[in-house]
Amino acid sequence: MRISLNVDVHHLTRVEGHGNIVVRVENGEVKTARWDIVETPRYFEVMLKGKHFTSAGILTARICGICSIGHCLASLRATENAFGAKIPPAAERLRLLAKHGETLQSHWLHLLFLAAPDFLGLPSVIPLIEARPEVVGIAARLKGLANRICEVVAGRATHPVSLQPGGVARRPRKDELLQLRDALQRSLQDIGAAAELFRTFPIPDFARETEFVSLAGRDEYPWIGGDLVSSDGVRRPEAGYREMTNEWVDENNTSKWCKLSRESFAVGALARLNNNFNLLHPEARKMAAALGLQPVCHNPFLNNAAQLVECLHVTHDSLRLIDELLRDGEGPTRVEVKPRAGEGVGAVEVPRGILYHHYVYDRDGRVTRANCVIPTTQNNRNIHLDLRALAEKFSAQPGMTDEKLELLCSMLVRAYDPCISCSVH
Amino acid sequence: MRYLGIEPARPRVAVFDFTGCEGCQLQLLNREENLVDFLKLVDIVNCREASSDASDCYDVAFVDGAISRADEVVRLKAVREKAAVLVALGSCACFGGVNRLKNACSLPEANREVYGDKPKETEPVRSVGEVVRVDLAVPGCPVDKAEVERIVQHLIWDVPFAFPAYPVCLECKQRYTPCLFQKGQLCLGPITAGGCNAPCPAGGLGCWGCRGRSADCNMDEFWALAREKGFGEAEIRERLGFFGGFEGAP
Repeated sequence: MRISLNVDVHHLTRVEGHGNIVVRVENGEVKTARWDIVETPRYFEVMLKGKHFTSAGILTARICGICSIGHCLASLRATENAFGAKIPPAAERLRLLAKHGETLQSHWLHLLFLAAPDFLGLPSVIPLIEARPEVVGIAARLKGLANRICEVVAGRATHPVSLQPGGVARRPRKDELLQLRDALQRSLQDIGAAAELFRTFPIPDFARETEFVSLAGRDEYPWIGGDLVSSDGVRRPEAGYREMTNEWVDENNTSKWCKLSRESFAVGALARLNNNFNLLHPEARKMAAALGLQPVCHNPFLNNAAQLVECLHVTHDSLRLIDELLRDGEGPTRVEVKPRAGEGVGAVEVPRGILYHHYVYDRDGRVTRANCVIPTTQNNRNIHLDLRALAEKFSAQPGMTDEKLELLCSMLVRAYDPCISCSVH
Repeated sequence: MRYLGIEPARPRVAVFDFTGCEGCQLQLLNREENLVDFLKLVDIVNCREASSDASDCYDVAFVDGAISRADEVVRLKAVREKAAVLVALGSCACFGGVNRLKNACSLPEANREVYGDKPKETEPVRSVGEVVRVDLAVPGCPVDKAEVERIVQHLIWDVPFAFPAYPVCLECKQRYTPCLFQKGQLCLGPITAGGCNAPCPAGGLGCWGCRGRSADCNMDEFWALAREKGFGEAEIRERLGFFGGFEGAP
């Protein structure tokens, strides 16, 4: 029998922002498969015009309620590159530690609060409080520690206050760092338990060959600045980001779309891991193997596993950073920044992938032009094309129903952990 | 959850998001040390960002974000009709937030700048209160979860909630934060509504006024003081206009 299926998801749940899924299968043929971004646009690039450089990071943090630290850091890096400012080593460590806190906060939120309910057959994490209190305990402890790192280093978990042009305004006290160190050590057990839980989740058997774009690490798994690389072999300097993104405006979406060597490309944990696997902490590589994750992996559902692996890597790297901060003591964490006419680009790997801020400044340090290219903007067309391939594969399976296909499509989009408000900004 | 043997009401709560970053509703999942207790206090029946349950039957609606498109007006009015209590959550919902900065630009020009020859639908940004009646406005960018917890406790025990009348400035004194205004940073702490426990100055950033004007704020005195410290009119106005909480300020 040639099957006909309908999927119509208006405002997909358990993702940040507003997007719709439409799939139509008629007599076994996929007629339509769409991922439409219907989020209200905010025009941040226009709001930035005329703003003083000291306002830019504070304003652009508000693009995202989840990765505000990443936006602030990309913004500061663009500004500092424009002015030729170099921040002290202690500030570099503190900024990376704040970023690690955000990566953990965002990944745990996605994995344990947003994605896990699909695999447990539940509408949200709330029924888990009664059904699996030990899982909720792990989720609360891991996300709580992540937020504590952000609070100690950035002054607040959402919309940071201490990350400022020239460095970091406040150095955490020794006792605060020691407490974080203890808690990070203890969290390794919870991370192991979370990985065990995810190992029991069945991963849909699906792959579509994809180009992956990320920062290129040299000696370390990359997070802040450096060259841009794609798994198809494209390499560009940070300032050449436009050639890596090629944004254009689509009729049906308030988010722009991007492409590189193919029709679309992907960014995020899986892209970072595919492009920089050998730079992961050895324990993280072991976890990747246990989760069936080998580069180059083309199954987007395994982005969840890649996030888990990154959580372990980032936890080990945070311990290293804290040890170095404690060892190096009391040096400066901030330099004075003097504005000058010029432009700068800041590329930062935020939880959902590579983020670019690009500002042009006048000589008084006021923005004359701004451009922000967001990870989910880069992923949206890849999600859109994945949906068609997914519908083609699974609509042909015996026993497929509207409900089953809707769940698969929703899980696919959630696996990308889209941040839709961000993508529209 | 009983207190002194009394079972409180467990209100049916819904959370809705409009133009914004959704950071305020995410605060509801923070303060993880008492998250389980908080989630037991209320019955969350509709919260798109965290749950696939979507009931239209609720008592309290938390509304996150500003209003900037026609479909949002329709959606917000439907929420107002169903909710006994509508709470504006965060500076975007209360004042329009940073989104309001867009209103200083020509919208066709803004569209051309961002979308070229394929403009998207957009309207001047309004606060939630400019579109429907708001029962309680909780400011902050983002809101402070501890304050939201206190408000929810007042809601379930049916006791009116009173926001502090004092400014952020007082909370810096309470936590022994050295005064950044005295150290040469512009700071709106003396005129901004308290209740956040002043995290920004403690982290080395003067107050940006995200919670809007405090109950007893003396704007004339603040202007005189800021000018005396050498801050120019443009800088002071940029700061006052940032989150929309001082709209119409002199």
